[in-house]
Amino acid sequence: MNERVSIKGFRDGVLIALDSGESWQTLVDDLAHRIEGQATFFAGARITLDVGSRPVTRHELSSIKAMLERRGLTLINVLTESKTTLDSAGALDIRGNLTYLPNNAHPSAPTEEMAIPSEEDGSSGVMIRKTLRGGRTVKSQGHVVIFGDVNPGAEIIAGGDVVVWGRVRGIVHAGADGDESAVVCALDMMPTQLRIAGFISVAPVDKRHKARPEMALIRARQIIVEAWK
Amino acid sequence: MACKVVTITSGKGGVGKTTTTANLGIALASLDKKLVLIDADIGLRNLDIVMGLESRIVYDLVDVIEGRAKLRQAMIRHKQFTNLFLIPAAQSRDKTAVSPADMIQITDELRAEFDFVLIDSPAGIERGFRNAVAPADEVLLVTNPEVSAVRDADRIIGLLEAEKKPTPRLILNRLKSDMVRKGEMMSPEDVVDMLSIKLIGIVPEDDGVVSSSNAGQPIVLNEASKAGAAYKEIARRLTGEDVPFRSGDDGGGLLKRLGRLFGGKS
Repeated sequence: MNERVSIKGFRDGVLIALDSGESWQTLVDDLAHRIEGQATFFAGARITLDVGSRPVTRHELSSIKAMLERRGLTLINVLTESKTTLDSAGALDIRGNLTYLPNNAHPSAPTEEMAIPSEEDGSSGVMIRKTLRGGRTVKSQGHVVIFGDVNPGAEIIAGGDVVVWGRVRGIVHAGADGDESAVVCALDMMPTQLRIAGFISVAPVDKRHKARPEMALIRARQIIVEAWK
Repeated sequence: MACKVVTITSGKGGVGKTTTTANLGIALASLDKKLVLIDADIGLRNLDIVMGLESRIVYDLVDVIEGRAKLRQAMIRHKQFTNLFLIPAAQSRDKTAVSPADMIQITDELRAEFDFVLIDSPAGIERGFRNAVAPADEVLLVTNPEVSAVRDADRIIGLLEAEKKPTPRLILNRLKSDMVRKGEMMSPEDVVDMLSIKLIGIVPEDDGVVSSSNAGQPIVLNEASKAGAAYKEIARRLTGEDVPFRSGDDGGGLLKRLGRLFGGKS
């Protein structure tokens, strides 16, 4: 095994140390691969991430958080020597600890196991507060929320769920990295094409189409659309 | 009054950009506005033909940009409306001869002296379109009541948003109200519902438009034409005047119901 990503179990969950020299995307891909290879070891784990001296941007941290969440893991703590990373963690509501210890040191995370935290963890994504016109695209590894319509010719590709507070007429792909639990919700669902993970469906041609909130999801190996309750 | 640079664009070709530019030009000139029309469709010029000024071209837009002529030399004065000028496009070049910065520089030079600069954009969403919208204070989006034209218009609105340009106002051209009444054509309401932008005018289908364009006499010069009347109204709205939408014989009850599409906050 390579040492770009080192993985250890410890009392708070799993400690993952990422090598400072590699590109972030390589590390994220590598880690995703390792998690998938050891599904039972990781199942539902709480993750502490040690990124060492690397300054991690909010976007980078958000992408790894989304990747972990899609695999049922929770990022609870980030150990870093960089103030940038600490700020990124703060912006994403992840606990961050400044540490000057070498990568493999025992983490000095304070334990909060006595109290059940009142705050929900949530997960990250992008919010777009306008109508997506034809030819515009949105791509996110996390969730996508559109506060407006998705017009014909517009396209959304999300690693997670897609929620549209408006009409969907364009193309929507949820769970684009293969997550079959992803859903698409809209106030008025008439997409040109709807994809969830590897499944594709086309809205039936219905002259009497009535606008109503609906949710699309995979059930029994196909995409179904049902009233959104 | 501060000069306003208005770009007329559409995305799809053949919906009536050049006809609209020519007619709004004449209509604004007849309202005593001092203005310049710029044909930004380099390589496929035709605004000069519709305006009846083809034979008077000596220098064009690219000559000015490349320093072979002064801006003044390329401005052709209209025979009848002496407060109206045309800067023609080059015929033997292509869009790459002009940059967005060139267009901004030329319009900035004109701003001091004129009330309006109207720019006739080429079809498409490439360089020529970007040249035409770069200096725009306001964009007029021309579409026909056809799904393909409306789709392209939607794409243009998205591109203008991305370029941080103001939301365009819509000219719905070549509407046949009898076909709308029979449910065979998209109604203005359908179009506005799809695009969610404000209308500045509806131009009815009018056989006279083609013959008047061919003759170099834009239809607004014909007092009896309904399309001409529609262009005059759009010109007045462009000057900031509040012109109510007529519920005349042409649109019937249709236009009456349209009141709400025009009013309200922009």
